[in-house]
Amino acid sequence: MITLTDYLLVGAGLFCIGIYMVVSKSNAIQVLIGIELMLNAAVLNLVAFGKYDRFGNGGQMFALFAIVLAAATTAVALAIILNVYKRYRTIDPGKVDNLKEWEG
Amino acid sequence: MTMIKLLFYAMAFIALASALFVAASKSLVRSVFMFFITLFALAGLYVLAMADFVAITQVVIYVGGILVLILFAFMLSGRENLNYVTSVQNKFISVGKFPAILLAVAFLIVLINVVIKMDADNLSWIKNAVAQKTEIQPDSNMTENIGVNLMTYYLLPFEAISILLMIALIGAAHLSRKEETA
Repeated sequence: MITLTDYLLVGAGLFCIGIYMVVSKSNAIQVLIGIELMLNAAVLNLVAFGKYDRFGNGGQMFALFAIVLAAATTAVALAIILNVYKRYRTIDPGKVDNLKEWEG
Repeated sequence: MTMIKLLFYAMAFIALASALFVAASKSLVRSVFMFFITLFALAGLYVLAMADFVAITQVVIYVGGILVLILFAFMLSGRENLNYVTSVQNKFISVGKFPAILLAVAFLIVLINVVIKMDADNLSWIKNAVAQKTEIQPDSNMTENIGVNLMTYYLLPFEAISILLMIALIGAAHLSRKEETA
């Protein structure tokens, strides 16, 4: 039988890979992929615990909510990335360092 | 029983390995397509955790929606993004990435410690569920149960998320429109 700890360990690994991507990548889209990985690790934990709750369904239900929220975040984040690209001609988060009014 | 275990380890290996490839790959498009495989492997893991409906939702929304959105962002945000990483560095682990790796590994150690110390399989409510047979059995019909719960017990979060989706739709359309006057 697959134990709950196995799922949690896989989730921990995915979460740490996500953290590494968010911190180290120099491309906003890759940072976004890292965030998606972290969200997926959280969803995996929710689903793994939800297995033990047949009538309430708390885990699976909030896994569904988390997936829908991830879709909404991605849409807005990509719109922001496109806007940043239009203004700065780059999507490196380290190079986006001006506010709107500053004409340097 | 062992078949399930074999499938689980295969899926977990595919998910972790492809996620590592996503993090380490030099080519951005390649890493996006490997992310595709990570998401499919995770859907397989959800099926093994008896969450078939969540797995289907994962395939439909993540693979069908989010990944296509990310590819669109690639296409719209200029060609130099696609191949500039190769010109930066050729070493697998560079000095500049070292703090990030350190952070990730330290966090992984903490998380693994927490998971092992918690010993989730011996939590009281989980032992209760196993003893009273209220865990999900392979033959229990979960989709119907999810539908009923969604319309009764979880109606408030359901409505809240519908409003939030509406806000996200308007916000994304507003952000990505052409600016007319400054």
